[in-house]
Amino acid sequence: MSAKSDVKKILKGEFTYKTLPMSAMILSPPTSPEYKTGTWRVKKPVIDQSKCIRCLLCWVYCPDMAIMRLEDDHVKIDYDYCKGCGICVSVCPVKAIKMEEG
Amino acid sequence: MTQVERLAFMGDEAVAYAVKQCNVDVIAAYPITPQTIIVERLSEYVANGELDAAFIPVESEHSAISACVGASLAGARVYTSTCSQGLALMHEILHAASSMRAPIGMTIANRSLNAPLNIHCEHSDVMNARDTGWVHLFANNVQQAYDLTFISFKVAEDPRVLLPVSVNIDAFVLSHSVEPITPITDEDAAKYLPPREYEYPINPDRPITYGTMALPDTYMEFKMQFKEALDRVPEVFEEAVKEYEKISGRRYWYYDSYEIEDADALVIVLGSTYGTVKTAAKKLRAEGLKVGVMGLTMFRPLPEKELVKVLRNMKAVVVMDRAYSYGGLGGPLYTDIIGVLYRNGIRIPAKNIVYGLGGRDFKLDEAEAILRMAEKGVREGGFETHVDWWGVRR
Repeated sequence: MSAKSDVKKILKGEFTYKTLPMSAMILSPPTSPEYKTGTWRVKKPVIDQSKCIRCLLCWVYCPDMAIMRLEDDHVKIDYDYCKGCGICVSVCPVKAIKMEEG
Repeated sequence: MTQVERLAFMGDEAVAYAVKQCNVDVIAAYPITPQTIIVERLSEYVANGELDAAFIPVESEHSAISACVGASLAGARVYTSTCSQGLALMHEILHAASSMRAPIGMTIANRSLNAPLNIHCEHSDVMNARDTGWVHLFANNVQQAYDLTFISFKVAEDPRVLLPVSVNIDAFVLSHSVEPITPITDEDAAKYLPPREYEYPINPDRPITYGTMALPDTYMEFKMQFKEALDRVPEVFEEAVKEYEKISGRRYWYYDSYEIEDADALVIVLGSTYGTVKTAAKKLRAEGLKVGVMGLTMFRPLPEKELVKVLRNMKAVVVMDRAYSYGGLGGPLYTDIIGVLYRNGIRIPAKNIVYGLGGRDFKLDEAEAILRMAEKGVREGGFETHVDWWGVRR
């Protein structure tokens, strides 16, 4: 049993139980950036930039660090990792974020 | 093989002496009830410089086994001991230890679980840990408790296995009884168990993540790997006992047996009761009754092939359990054996005797009665009931 693992192959489903690393160990961390948890999402938050006051509350509260802080404190959602929990919608003081299908 | 003197040891002390000779690196244990004298002696060996190991007196058994997992994954040879409630408190981490493939040696001085409060011999503690993926071995006497300690590390640390192994000794009957044993020499012990080598130790200079998440897309594959590691235990065990025989002159196998070659009626037991039933069987053999006795050494993984070789020549079998699967079909060993019989097409009557719970003594005349019951099962082609709770006052 090899401990070597190719995370990209595993994520594509290209593995058997014999090619997986022993006991799910990871010899070359970190690998979590490869795991696009955005696929877990049911609804996605969408920001209306015209309403956004750049308070950064959503950026602070996002439990997955899936809200990116851009130049001049603009914010953008990283849909590769946003799980669609909706916390940003709850904390936005000006209701600039809405959950949408997809 | 170097002949050494015979020593009188209490079971606990014999195990501690073996663990010292195994040259373990880390011992983590909760030192209070339900602990045994094993770790008390080990703490003395460490304190007086006879054993160069880290002794970690933790605040609970949950912490003891957790510390063992970490130390094992760092590449250390690791030992702990507990029983009854202590093993129950470890339960969550027993799964983590085996699934994270952390070899650990553990002695379980089998005791009953509350309630009612009772500290005496019973196998319910290890039976609760039956499905955790640990290798479970049973000793029949103090010599075996000593010998199996070496064999357990040899099997656990083999790169083909990398699993924790428990050696079960009947509480008080073995743990607190003094018996003469013949130890192996320190030199032979060092040759049998050289310092552990592990390919993927936890090391700050080469980070490794252990205990990662595996979601539904990979979880079953990881569990399949783990199952196959247990499937490889028999070949490693056979090599380990063969090598141990060379240095000790004592031969171990999946089971101990008495007169099973030409027997019609078989009684299967776990632990020290083997000696009692064997002694009773000698008397019955003298009367011409074709009875045989098996004391199973390896309980997990269940040595199905070896059991089939024996069971297919029998005409009736009585399985003795010092534990019960409440709400189930009988004792845990009995349900295993009827499973082995059924799926291998062996159609013989099988009966379960549940005995000795909470440390109730099991005596020679009782063993004789059970052997006669097995023999009667052969003559009559069956038993009146499937399960008997032996000796219960009704």
